[in-house]
Amino acid sequence: MSTAAAADAPSMRAVPPNRLIAFYRSSIGKKWIVALTGLVMVGFVVVHLIGNLQIFLPPAYINAYAAKLKSLGPVLWLFRISLFAAFVLHVINTIQLSRMNRVAKGERYVKEATVQATVASRTMFYSGLILLAFIIFHILHFTLGWIPTENIHVMDYAPEAGNAKDPLLHNVWKMLVGGFRNPFVSVFYLVSMGLLCMHLSHGVESTVQTLGLRTKPLARPARYLSWGLGWAVFLGNAAIVLAILFGFIK
Amino acid sequence: MNLTLKVWRQKDSKSPGRIETYAAKNIPESASFLEMLDIVNEDIMHAGGEPIMFESDCREGICGTCSMVINGYAHGGQRGTTVCQLHMRHFKDGDELTIEPWRAAAFPVVRDLVVNRSGLDRIIQSGGYVSVRTGSAVDGNALPVPKKNSDLAMDAAQCIGCGACVAACKNGSAMLFLSAKVGHLGLLPQGQPERHRRVLNMVRQHDQEGFGNCTNQYECEAVCPKEISSTFITRLNRDYAVASARELLGAV
Repeated sequence: MSTAAAADAPSMRAVPPNRLIAFYRSSIGKKWIVALTGLVMVGFVVVHLIGNLQIFLPPAYINAYAAKLKSLGPVLWLFRISLFAAFVLHVINTIQLSRMNRVAKGERYVKEATVQATVASRTMFYSGLILLAFIIFHILHFTLGWIPTENIHVMDYAPEAGNAKDPLLHNVWKMLVGGFRNPFVSVFYLVSMGLLCMHLSHGVESTVQTLGLRTKPLARPARYLSWGLGWAVFLGNAAIVLAILFGFIK
Repeated sequence: MNLTLKVWRQKDSKSPGRIETYAAKNIPESASFLEMLDIVNEDIMHAGGEPIMFESDCREGICGTCSMVINGYAHGGQRGTTVCQLHMRHFKDGDELTIEPWRAAAFPVVRDLVVNRSGLDRIIQSGGYVSVRTGSAVDGNALPVPKKNSDLAMDAAQCIGCGACVAACKNGSAMLFLSAKVGHLGLLPQGQPERHRRVLNMVRQHDQEGFGNCTNQYECEAVCPKEISSTFITRLNRDYAVASARELLGAV
């Protein structure tokens, strides 16, 4: 490297005072945070679905599964706190990015057109906001039991799952069946799962892109993975709600 | 052919702009889009009006000067084509065309369809070069470059810096431009010594200029006249993360 050329490029040596903050504040840094936190939540959604699909088995299975989760104690809280942190970071950073992007575009076109932007990709912010409302409702509904629907949060004896020491177990099976008997609740869940399907169908592919893994040969598989995962989560969750709503599980 | 043009007219960066309607009469199908505007401008000037200002230079699709959005499509929507290489035969007699300048907060309108794209130049100044004295040309194979890398680097090097990616992006992001420049140098051996510093500086300059963030819709790739692939943005995301991690550890 010649000294003359290096002198022409002083900025090549500039290092920000706090490098971690510089990464967090940068456009790509924020995208990495959104992608990684999104990945954590996708992992949770998949595990959550697999666990809940036990509703199609006799009540003993899902109740025992729930009891097992609750017995994890501090590990459970570690998962909850991590998930909550991922959730908060995801929401804050996407809102910040959306605001920055709105400012960066400035005046919009009189005539707007798109070539290949999907509907899901153009509605990420809105599907995300409605999902935020859904998540709050869902936690109030089933985790805290503050939403008064039929048979919610029944802390009754679930003999199949109980043991001698702690016979009073959370009867998850009864709670789910009771919760989704209400058509308004069920429809809200179904709509939310539809939005989650859309959100994932763009989000998963975006994650692969942001993490720098969407190479040319992987571009198409990444899209299929994204759509496949979105639909799998939708169909799996919708099956639970519909099976209960229409009385196949009672 | 006869067309109706709805053109963004704006006196200067401070004045408000508006859409005005013009009739484009007797346009030959063989005319390029810019030649069509030349004809319309002749008519406007003969009638004593101010011609529509637009930028053009080579008119052969290699300089990246021409820049306008037609019916919502940067460069007019013909795949892999700059607006100067877009011909009127792609339109139908009687079409109504809305013609607007590139829209992005980082590209302020100078006048009519002319915008200030200096932000892209400043991104290049922040790291889009290699600090080596090249001297006279060396033997072709003295410096081995894998064929795959040289092909990819050439794909990226096709970027003419027109800014259509920014114009097409709903977020006014210049990531496709930035990724092409970072990718082009990052793929070649000459670009390696400054690879990490380069991507850090160029991304920071990009953000500082007020360009937005990529939300992975790839509208940029669809309108790019040089068909730069969005997978260069993938590479940029990867390079930036690696460079940031190295910077954090004090290794850059």
